[in-house]
Amino acid sequence: MTLGPLAASAAGPVIPNFAAQSSSCEIHNRLFCAGWVSRNWGPVLWPALRQHIVLALVAVAIGFVISMALGLAAHRYGWLERPTLLVTTTLYTIPALALFKLLVAPVGLNVFTAEIALVSYTLLILFRNILAGLRAVPAEVLDAAEGAGMSRTQTLLRVELPLALPAIVAGLRIAIVTIIALATIVYVVYNRGLGVPIHTALGEGPFKTELIVAGGLAIALALVADGLLVIAQRLLTPWARTRTG
Amino acid sequence: MKIADTAHSEGPSAFAQAAQLELRNVSKRYPGQREPAIRDLSLTVAAGDVCVLVGPSGSGKTTAMRLINRMIPITSGDILLGGRSVLEREPRHLRREIGYVIQQVGLFPHQTVGENIATVPRLLGWPKDRIAARVQELLELIGLDQEMTRRYPAQLSGGQRQRVGVARALAADPPLMLMDEPFGAIDPINRARLQDEFLRLQEKVKKTVVFVTHDIDEAIKMGDRIAILREGGVLAQYDTPREILTHPADEFVAEFVGADRGLKRLALTKVAELKLTEPNGLRPDLRADGARRVSAETSVRDALSLMLTEGGEPLTVVDGDGRVEGLLTLGAIEQLLSDEAAEPAEDAAEPRPEGRR
Repeated sequence: MTLGPLAASAAGPVIPNFAAQSSSCEIHNRLFCAGWVSRNWGPVLWPALRQHIVLALVAVAIGFVISMALGLAAHRYGWLERPTLLVTTTLYTIPALALFKLLVAPVGLNVFTAEIALVSYTLLILFRNILAGLRAVPAEVLDAAEGAGMSRTQTLLRVELPLALPAIVAGLRIAIVTIIALATIVYVVYNRGLGVPIHTALGEGPFKTELIVAGGLAIALALVADGLLVIAQRLLTPWARTRTG
Repeated sequence: MKIADTAHSEGPSAFAQAAQLELRNVSKRYPGQREPAIRDLSLTVAAGDVCVLVGPSGSGKTTAMRLINRMIPITSGDILLGGRSVLEREPRHLRREIGYVIQQVGLFPHQTVGENIATVPRLLGWPKDRIAARVQELLELIGLDQEMTRRYPAQLSGGQRQRVGVARALAADPPLMLMDEPFGAIDPINRARLQDEFLRLQEKVKKTVVFVTHDIDEAIKMGDRIAILREGGVLAQYDTPREILTHPADEFVAEFVGADRGLKRLALTKVAELKLTEPNGLRPDLRADGARRVSAETSVRDALSLMLTEGGEPLTVVDGDGRVEGLLTLGAIEQLLSDEAAEPAEDAAEPRPEGRR
């Protein structure tokens, strides 16, 4: 990765671009030029969107695994909660650009820097929600599970985790939306994702189409991911929807 | 029907034998506390009997119950279930053989009624069709529609939830049931209904039951025997309800059962058990359908209440077909109370000759 972010978007339009392929829409810098979008979907926008999805999914998946391990440990050993919160909260408060910069020296301008930073922002959200979900299981339900002769592991798998699911999914929703937004600045260390066309567009002066499309894709992606999680939760927790009266 | 394939298909007689429960000098002392929560508690519950643990708060009745399935570890002494010490058993395996019902029920909110009832059979690894048949059988037993199987606990009323809790505890046909204030969170009308239902159920399943309550009236109603605990987990008296009401062991018990223990005793006796006055010629005007008519199955307490509201006049006692059996006078009730008080106290350790019910 030797290319700086500014040199990244070779396929993007140069402004004002009077080349033959530019339409009059682009020449006159109208707000939105569908022709530009269809020409650039394949070479620019779709790859950026795909990279963005991978960046976000990998970050949330790794963050989820770490947070689940931390959450289960803190659920079992209560004293772990405070130090874990201290660390994850500290990570969460570091400004993203500063964290990238901090990581570049030891890790380099690569995917690892990007993912380490993104993962670190998921931990606080996911850890808190997982632990809150596990702790919200009613005492009488745990008493009944123990009285029925369930082992600790059986109680965890059959009772506690299923009941913590709504809180866990709530955490995942916040985390995925946060990370999709945050991943738009990954381009400063790793030339991937929707941040690349957004950054290019910022240098395009009055030509707004690329900014609108790339930014819009990031927003749409976040909304879709959130919606998918809502659907997943409804399918996984049919009991949570059934209330009398 | 599937039920016919299972080991539990032959009706009530097919239920597993209830087991005798014996507590031997059981003590519980929590670490860091000077006074024990349970002090040298010894009592035997005959197989198929309901033993009610009752006492004021701080008497350790719930602690005593939870020692039995080792939810709370015993400090000293021993508990034998069916002649075998519970201390030899792996706690998880022991608990799967002991039904456990608690006040807040503790149904698993994410599981359907059917899945809740199937909890212990699934832990025991029963095959699917046997579990399904057992769930159907239990729903029938507790009087819930089969369609309830797919409902979630949140869709049930409080009474239905408690019934499902009882069914879940009965699922693997345990020889012993532990019930911790099972009807304590239910409104009075439904509580009485659930108590009656449970007594009918117990007639069929004949489990050994340890039933915890703080309500002496519930204890008298539900118990074959009542263990009254005082503060510090000391057994004050262990006896039949009638014996406790007639011969309270000490001041504490007398106070705990209440100043109205005479009336409570009357509630244990049916009119039919009293010596009735022959009606011939005595009250020729008396018609069997009058206001002063009581069924022979009425409790003496209710009959007395009616008599007092009717001006103290004798009541006409009729049998199920409306035939006059005789007259109930105030004198007969006084006689009952003085006869009982004159009886020598039974030895608490001896099982009583026949069931109260």
